[in-house]
Amino acid sequence: MDILVCIKRIPDIAGQITLDGSGTDIDDAGLGHTTSAHEECAVELAIQTAAATGGKVTVLTLGPAEAVEQLRAAVGVGANDGILIEAEDSGAFGTEDIAQVIGDVIRDRTEGGQNFDLVLLGNDAADTGDFQVPIRLAYDLGYPVLTSISTFSPAGGPVIEARGIGPSGTEIFSLELPAVVAVQEGGVDPRYPSITGRMKAKKARIAEYVAPEPGAGNPRIGLELPPDTANEVTILGEGPDAAGALVDVLEEIGVIRS
Amino acid sequence: MSLVFVETDESGEVALTSAEALTFARTNADVLAGSVLEAAVIGTLTESAHNQLAVLGVDRIHHLESADLEAYSATAWAQALVDIAPETGTVLASGTPRGMELMAHVAVRTGERMAANVVAADEEGLLRQVLGGAAFERLQLGGDLQVLTLAGHACKPEETTPTTPEILTHSPESAAEDLRTRVVRTEVETDADNDTSGLTQARAVVGAGRGVGSENGFGEVLELVDHLGGALGVSRVVTGLGWRPHSEQVGQTGSRITPDVYIACGISGAIQHMAGIEGAKTLIAINTDEESTMVQRADYAIIGDLHEVVGAVNEEIRSRRG
Ligand SMILES: Cc1cc2nc3c(=O)[nH]c(=O)nc-3n(C[C@H](O)[C@H](O)[C@H](O)COP(=O)(O)OP(=O)(O)OC[C@H]3O[C@@H](n4cnc5c(N)ncnc54)[C@H](O)[C@@H]3O)c2cc1C
Repeated sequence: MDILVCIKRIPDIAGQITLDGSGTDIDDAGLGHTTSAHEECAVELAIQTAAATGGKVTVLTLGPAEAVEQLRAAVGVGANDGILIEAEDSGAFGTEDIAQVIGDVIRDRTEGGQNFDLVLLGNDAADTGDFQVPIRLAYDLGYPVLTSISTFSPAGGPVIEARGIGPSGTEIFSLELPAVVAVQEGGVDPRYPSITGRMKAKKARIAEYVAPEPGAGNPRIGLELPPDTANEVTILGEGPDAAGALVDVLEEIGVIRS
Repeated sequence: MSLVFVETDESGEVALTSAEALTFARTNADVLAGSVLEAAVIGTLTESAHNQLAVLGVDRIHHLESADLEAYSATAWAQALVDIAPETGTVLASGTPRGMELMAHVAVRTGERMAANVVAADEEGLLRQVLGGAAFERLQLGGDLQVLTLAGHACKPEETTPTTPEILTHSPESAAEDLRTRVVRTEVETDADNDTSGLTQARAVVGAGRGVGSENGFGEVLELVDHLGGALGVSRVVTGLGWRPHSEQVGQTGSRITPDVYIACGISGAIQHMAGIEGAKTLIAINTDEESTMVQRADYAIIGDLHEVVGAVNEEIRSRRG
């Protein structure tokens, strides 16, 4: 089974963020970058499935030239090759644009003889959280699509059995390929790169495209940070001696079982 | 007109998140061009849901029930919503996995744009959560129909003067193509490993992070969970290391919780974790690092080793109980 996984380079934020001069983006100058959590799981699922079925995994990203780092990281854990669709200002793209650009590249690869049975994405990107690209891409390709899938396995013929957590239990779908699947973190643990993986990542084959100008564009007008609510923390004490003070607080809230 | 997709729980009650979405639609009727409030319920419409929709101010209920809609299929359900959607106004759902998925299909099928995780609407447009809640994006969708999902807990459900909603019944037939992605079966969880309901409903949640130290380090926190009749929540480091199942993860890619008290033990307070605990009424931190974000953001904190502190807290609870 040949699988394409679409991943996104995102700023690796843990603490306070600041805005850039334009007020429409965060200032990521001092920040490292990573891949969205759901997509790391999508890469892992793709590697496992390709290994089980004798297939290949290609990772794709639309982003700045630096996004090649995220493609290399995916090759480092077992993807076979990568596709970079370079867009200096990928923030200017709306979800419709991203889906269409990716759809065009997939069609171009198909013409060149590379067919993907399955296209995986993350449920939503950790930064923009639009929750639309997988579904818009599926319509663009004319493929069926599932979202919030945590695991899947080949089910004989061009079919996979996919599982996701629904409101009343684990929902099971039978999905005919080719198809688009949006993955939700939780079903598999992404692996770490091995030493040989790191070597492979350096020599990864990355095909390059240049993204056209966005059509629909991003509906964003600006970004705002939540108000800085000054917080006064009450330190109840240090070490085990403070236990009594904490139990007092819990008693007051009324959450200790009698 | 505003059309809200309403989810119901197992007993047929209107889900809290859907009550939030209905309240948001009603209280923002002028900016959403939704002076008439409609609700769409797929499947059984109970008496009790009917009454709840009335006190939430719904003018009209679309009750959709048919063999094709019995099992969930995003495309079939979305098409059924598109068929009753207004031409101008707003289609809205709460930002649950189902709400997100359905609204994205509705947006494509109506040729409109969509905004996910909206928290506010005014004359300048919409405000929505991005970066897991670390920032807000202001945007304008344009178009005749706005398609959006409401971020969890962005709006408190509010009752209003009860209406007497008119009920319109539909039994749509779906195109074969729209049934391709139907749920073929549902496995109700017998093991606790995938069940997040305890965590999202608990009044007290004890959080455990990397500071716990190892897979075997959960003894004290689990005893505290028991004393509080609460639930255990963990950070992504803990699930990533395989110490606890993902169903216990709290945060941007885990559960978002709203307990009366959250006791974070050995958790640093990364933005993605904080995104899950914004709804906690009281925040208590137990951490060796006084400078950590968790301590700085907490209402109360104890500085120290969590094993020693939580152990002493358990002992204190036991001795007070006598
Ligand atoms: C896209 C994305 C999505 C993410 N989603 C989530 C999510 O849903 N949920 C989530 O939690 N994280 C998420 N993360 C990860 C997040 O950024 C942090 O890495 C993670 O929350 C840190 O976990 P932690 O606090 O347990 O560990 P650390 O950051 O390592 O903190 C450990 C803390 O324990 C304290 N400590 C150490 N020893 C002790 C001791 N003996 N006693 C008391 N205190 C001690 C330390 O002082 C420190 O504050 C996400 C990250 C990304 C990039």
